[in-house]
Amino acid sequence: MNAPAAPLSPYSSAIGKSNVETHTLSVLVDNEPGVLARVVGLFSGRGYNIESLTVAEVAHTEQLSRITIVTSGPPEAIEQIGHQLERLVPIHAVTDLTLRGNAVERELAMIKVAGTGASRDEALRLAEAFRARVIDTTIESFVFELTGAASKIDQFVELMRPIGLVEVSRTGIAAMSRGKDPI
Amino acid sequence: MAREMTGAEMVIAALKDQGVDVIFGYPGGAVLPIYDVLYDHQHAIHHVLVRHEQGAAHAAEGYARSSGRPGVMLVTSGPGATNSVTGLTDALMDSVPVVCITGQVPTHLIGSDAFQECDTVGITRHCTKHNYLVRSVDDLPRILHEAFYVARHGRPGPVVIDIPKDVQFARGSYFGPKNAEHKTYRPQLVGDPEKIEQAVSMMAAAKRPIFYTGGGVINAGPQASRLLRELVAATGFPITSTLMGLGAYPASGENWLGMLGMHGTFEANNAMHDCDLMIALGARFDDRITGRLDQFSPGSEKIHVDIDPSSINKNVKIDLGIVGDCTHVIGALLERWRARGCEADAGALKKWWAQIGKWRARKSLSYRRSDKVIKPQRAVERLYAATKGRDCYITTEVGQHQMWAAQHYHFEAPNRWITSGGLGTMGFGLPAAIGVQMAHPNALVVDIAGEGSILMNIQELSTAAQYRLPVKVFILNNEYLGMVRQWQELLHGGRYSQSYSAALPDFVKLAKAFGAHGISCSDPADLDAAIAEMIETPGTVLFDCRIDKTENCLPMIPSGKAHNEMILPDDADLEAEIDALGKALV
Ligand SMILES: Cc1ncc(C[n+]2csc(CCOP(=O)(O)OP(=O)(O)O)c2C)c(N)n1
Ligand SMILES: [Mg+2]
Repeated sequence: MNAPAAPLSPYSSAIGKSNVETHTLSVLVDNEPGVLARVVGLFSGRGYNIESLTVAEVAHTEQLSRITIVTSGPPEAIEQIGHQLERLVPIHAVTDLTLRGNAVERELAMIKVAGTGASRDEALRLAEAFRARVIDTTIESFVFELTGAASKIDQFVELMRPIGLVEVSRTGIAAMSRGKDPI
Repeated sequence: MAREMTGAEMVIAALKDQGVDVIFGYPGGAVLPIYDVLYDHQHAIHHVLVRHEQGAAHAAEGYARSSGRPGVMLVTSGPGATNSVTGLTDALMDSVPVVCITGQVPTHLIGSDAFQECDTVGITRHCTKHNYLVRSVDDLPRILHEAFYVARHGRPGPVVIDIPKDVQFARGSYFGPKNAEHKTYRPQLVGDPEKIEQAVSMMAAAKRPIFYTGGGVINAGPQASRLLRELVAATGFPITSTLMGLGAYPASGENWLGMLGMHGTFEANNAMHDCDLMIALGARFDDRITGRLDQFSPGSEKIHVDIDPSSINKNVKIDLGIVGDCTHVIGALLERWRARGCEADAGALKKWWAQIGKWRARKSLSYRRSDKVIKPQRAVERLYAATKGRDCYITTEVGQHQMWAAQHYHFEAPNRWITSGGLGTMGFGLPAAIGVQMAHPNALVVDIAGEGSILMNIQELSTAAQYRLPVKVFILNNEYLGMVRQWQELLHGGRYSQSYSAALPDFVKLAKAFGAHGISCSDPADLDAAIAEMIETPGTVLFDCRIDKTENCLPMIPSGKAHNEMILPDDADLEAEIDALGKALV
């Protein structure tokens, strides 16, 4: 009773920043042409955020793909995103892993760093501390591969910046619930 | 049993197997193989040649909404597909089951900017419930049947099947619709029993309850309307409806408050505002209904029944959401209400009805009468009086005339009122009337039109002429894009920018040119005779009803205002009613 009305639209400037949450959604879809376009189109058409999106086939014979989306917004908007996704005909199931609260999330990044002398040594030392692997090397550069939580990758990238960061390529987040049961 | 045939033959075979007997279409290069097969099946499948593909889409909608069966359209690639987009969007917004078959350039030319190529599935992705590009003839039978399944089940909507020309020529094996559901798409029809119990308890405890019903009750089929009437009678609660839901509960019913929303009645809107329990059935809290959201029915608990889970909590916070089909859920509510021996709080309800009686006494649909000029409200009233009791269907265009029709024509049964609600598409009414007439050849079908809207799909008069469809077009001609003029009066200080309908055709001569009968009437004294002439004349009739040019459609909740802040017909200063915030809204 007397509940305040939900904000009209994610585009609405009336939305306060205070109640914005970040959620990871795991979406099982038929791997058919256009399914990613439907999902991405839904987000752009309704003004939802995509912070990260990964997609790949996960069951070849059943032709299923998993799309993992990290999105942000007020809780009502995130609930609405889940329902809107479920309306898409080729979507089997939508799980809000953040609501479930027991997910592991990982991301892979490649980080190119250039430099010689002391900065080169420093880059290697830090990479070791982060357990990043060297997957390419020249006399004046490295490409590191790093897997971990997105925040860990952010941290590593920030440390490399002053040393000679050239560029970064990240996969976006893949996620799964803990324990023996499927999502 | 599988049968060998071409893709084009599969299309016709599937239409027959789905029980389709009428399709609306327009040929072109990319659908020639299908039209060639159709040539041999013209008796089984009646093809209506429209004059513009938008017309085919609205006609399919009219057919579907008046009959409950999916409407089917067949158009060519490129411009045929793009011309259909408005109609598909209209069907999506109003949840109308439409199956649209589009031709596509041959598979090997897709992506080459071939002649009449467009990315049909890309363009229609946002304006269909689902769509398919058929890449192989082996997929075609499944997709054809699945398309009908998806269009009809759950919240209905339009489905596009885009078939490249080489797939139409290719041979494969066809199978019938048996077991042709979608792999995974299974909408929830039956409401959660625990929530039904909870809803019944809330209803039994309510002091100021109201049913707020919408198009979902109509879409659920006539049984839902029957059950709704029983539930209203069993509880004694007042009931209002959206524009889309008119007819589910009869306008002559004792508990009827009239339509709610922007141009709804004073009693319906005030009852929504002041209720303590709102029971929303198949309605979606659209902004034309709620008015200002943060003052929408502030003191009520809200139950929301909808087949689409995304409708619940979308615009308005709901206390009890029940996902399910209206037939099932209304039936279950009624069954539990009776089985538990529930009774409404009679004392509270009596007080509530007394309050509603006071709001009713304001007579918010009244208007100043005239014997010099035809008032639009009067025109609709007289049309209603002349057609009452007949087997009659009403379609409309969009504008003031549409709202006057909703306010002053009274619907006793579902599926009789076919208007473009969600998209508000001018040009909808005439092709929709053609679709209705195809589904109900002996019924009286009237398009209540505006002079502006009717010109948007006037070419369909030629379709009506070809098939001798006796649709009646009743134009409330105010020589203005009246709804635009009204908003300019209210919001822009009477600066009537581009809202005058200049250079109008002579509608009587226009009717003649199309082989129809034309009537013109401007004197209130002649109105009844002219309406009788329209009804009695066989064949297509175009009625140019010259009405008061500057009549406003009232009552009205101005944008940005709440339900209890309506402008009534006797309020003097209209412009002063709307604040700056409201002006920014649509
Ligand atoms: C395709 C389309 N274009 C524009 C509009 C905006 N619009 C809404 S009502 C209206 C005026 C309609 O004029 P008319 O058909 O004469 O009806 P009246 O309001 O005068 O009864 C307009 C332009 C619309 N609804 N649809
Ligand atoms: Mg007009």
